[in-house]
Amino acid sequence: MNSLFGYDPKDTWLHRLTGATKMLAFLGISVIVMASYDTRFVCAVMLASIILFAQAKIRWHQISLVVKIITIFAVVNLLLVFVFSPQYGVGLYGSKHVLLNAGYFTITQEQLFYELNLALKYIVTVPLALIFLITTNPSEFAASLNKLHVSYRISYSVALALRYIPDVQANFRQISLAQQARGYELSRKAKLFQRLKGMGQILMPLIFTSLDRIDQISQAMELRRFGTGKRRTWYMDQPLRTPDWLVLVGVVVIILVGLVLFKVNGGRFYNPFR
Amino acid sequence: MTVPAIQLEHVTFQYDSQAEPTLHDVNLTIQPGEKVLIVGPSGSGKSTLGNLINGLIPHAFPGKLSGSVKVNGAEVKDQSLAALSVNVGTVLQDPDAQFVALTAGEDIAFALENSAVAPSEMHARVKKWADRLKIGDLLGQAPQSLSGGQKQRVAMAGVLIDEGDVLLFDEPLASLDPATGEASVALIDELHQAYHVTEVIIEHRLEDVLRRPVDRLVVMADGRILADDTPEHLLRGQLLQKIGLREPLYLEAAEFAGIDLKQAAHLSDAEAFDAPELGSKLAAFTEDAPTVVAEKPQAPLLTVDSLQFAYPKGRQIFTDLNLELHHGEMVALVGRNGVGKSTLSHLIAGFLTPDAGQISLEGKDLADWSVKERADQIGYILQDPNQMISKHLIFDEVALGPRLRGWDEARVNEAVLEALKVCGLYPFRSWPINALSYGQKKRVTIAAILVLEPALMILDEPTAGQDWRHFTDMMRFLTKLNAQGITMMLITHDMHLMLEYAQRAIVLGDGGVLMDATPATVLTDPAVIQHASLAQPSLYRLAKRLGLDPLAFTQAVIDQERRVRQ
Repeated sequence: MNSLFGYDPKDTWLHRLTGATKMLAFLGISVIVMASYDTRFVCAVMLASIILFAQAKIRWHQISLVVKIITIFAVVNLLLVFVFSPQYGVGLYGSKHVLLNAGYFTITQEQLFYELNLALKYIVTVPLALIFLITTNPSEFAASLNKLHVSYRISYSVALALRYIPDVQANFRQISLAQQARGYELSRKAKLFQRLKGMGQILMPLIFTSLDRIDQISQAMELRRFGTGKRRTWYMDQPLRTPDWLVLVGVVVIILVGLVLFKVNGGRFYNPFR
Repeated sequence: MTVPAIQLEHVTFQYDSQAEPTLHDVNLTIQPGEKVLIVGPSGSGKSTLGNLINGLIPHAFPGKLSGSVKVNGAEVKDQSLAALSVNVGTVLQDPDAQFVALTAGEDIAFALENSAVAPSEMHARVKKWADRLKIGDLLGQAPQSLSGGQKQRVAMAGVLIDEGDVLLFDEPLASLDPATGEASVALIDELHQAYHVTEVIIEHRLEDVLRRPVDRLVVMADGRILADDTPEHLLRGQLLQKIGLREPLYLEAAEFAGIDLKQAAHLSDAEAFDAPELGSKLAAFTEDAPTVVAEKPQAPLLTVDSLQFAYPKGRQIFTDLNLELHHGEMVALVGRNGVGKSTLSHLIAGFLTPDAGQISLEGKDLADWSVKERADQIGYILQDPNQMISKHLIFDEVALGPRLRGWDEARVNEAVLEALKVCGLYPFRSWPINALSYGQKKRVTIAAILVLEPALMILDEPTAGQDWRHFTDMMRFLTKLNAQGITMMLITHDMHLMLEYAQRAIVLGDGGVLMDATPATVLTDPAVIQHASLAQPSLYRLAKRLGLDPLAFTQAVIDQERRVRQ
């Protein structure tokens, strides 16, 4: 199947859920976790999301690259937060427990606690996003989007893009080889500027062949009535079943707990320093 | 009286982008259940005719349309494209472009999805048609994992699922190898027999389509219908050759042997074709054929020795490949899809590195040569010229290679103009490439390689999708270059090309060279034909039927053909 979305067909209960359920669950939980700074709540959800992740039977090599990139991004982000406002946590929690006195970069317990909360949020959402991407069939996902009242033209373009990305890649490879044979050095031997210039030469043929292609595809689609009706059905459509409803109820419960905690804490923040 | 399935009356059509009408006063009536073949050279307007029937004209292509086009008695321009598509199913030329979904099942269901058919009914109908077309176990497959023939079956199922009564095939054979093409022609015929649909086939490969009977042959040229008759009648006359279409090879052979086609019978069926004294005349022709002494091979130019190659984490493509190309040869490289024809070219051009073995040019090992260094000696030309062209003007495109090699501008100028002259493009030298035809673009890509004066040219499907006149033009041109000393390796599925132009055919099989012999020998070997996804030429079957030696007969016909051409 396709590698971009990384869909990996398997048969776990997570795979069997509809794409709509998984997307709603992912969005709902992400929003509440992003909003809440109650460390106990976020930790509990994180635990749950890690358990789910294990149940999706995702293999490390499928996600290693993404996880590494996100980790680097998260670490850089946390460092920048500290660099730009090292005392943000102090203002937030209204107290100051100094760990290391270093002028502008004075490290406080409050700041570390604040950044720990940020880190936890990453750890919650990343496994959920990966579960969604890897266990959801892209066509079924398109059907789900449509079910959530996204226009079917937009929904279908997701599936169509996935259909043609491998073709465009193959086309790119062909053209790149042909240009190299003409004398463009695109290998690592060439200087960066030369390689960029050579890449530019691939673009024009790629665009022209792709435009031709788009013409043909839109003809083929029109001849089979795409875009004529107000609505369309989906071959990969799945009705919502009991497990879907159970998951959605679970998500609602989690969101409610998060909201109740806002009330209990008198705001979005849980403050252990008070 | 029954209502005709398709009726065109005094139809004239001009695309908005064209200065002249593409169709002039066309009249055509097709009755329900007929199977009609529309032939004509490129630019004859046959595809435009198809677009009038399926409604792309006037609904998708704007232009001036006069006259009346009716399908099942209803005027096309008064119906929506969607309403029309339920009656008229169109199978497009390129099954790849027709494939719009992520899996075969979804693709077959596409039209039903757009009509908002309930999923349960949709699944039942997809299953029904997939089973009928014997692709029931492929429904979960992605297009990239299907063969050309399977893709075409998916495309057909996706159209048949509407259960309309007119099927339109627009050049269904253009992108298929001979064996798959033969299977498609058979499938089209089976559908016609099983479901009594009206079939309109637009194709210039007359002989291939006539492997199965058609009711009528409509001949088009320059936007007009020149003839509308049974194939039998039309093959007896000279019209087809006159407008640049090729008559079937077995009829050509019969004419070489001095048989008058006017007295022959069953001209449209190679299996039943007969004429007075057919057997004896063909036998005498074979006997009398002057033996052509094969030229002694020149010194080897390119040698591939014990080559091994596997893609990383992929399957082993070559286990022990050996071949030699001699100076001045024109060789056809054939084999079924995926057997490694492109891989071999990529290894020779240096895009890939062999796991073991040696490739050498004039005795020099190429292992340490970069892609660029090899490109000075070995030109590689892709099938689709649009994939190669990266400049706006013809001159600049051809000058690209020399400039990248740092030639001074005076030398570039001289060499480019010379290459353009050889390729017949000199008058167009300052034109934008967009203004050229497909065949001319192809020549530009050849000129762009030629200018570097390579010793060897590798061309991928140089004649794919071209009608006989353009095919002949291209092959004459390549023969001319070949005669000037450029060695050529042509990767092809086209049996005519191989038979009539190549001196030698190299058939790739699993892991290495399956056969290396004259084209006639290859095409009279049933085992090799099957393995390489080729199709038995009609000459072979005719010879078998009449008890002639297929190889000697085929060779005699080809030699005669080459003499006539010169």
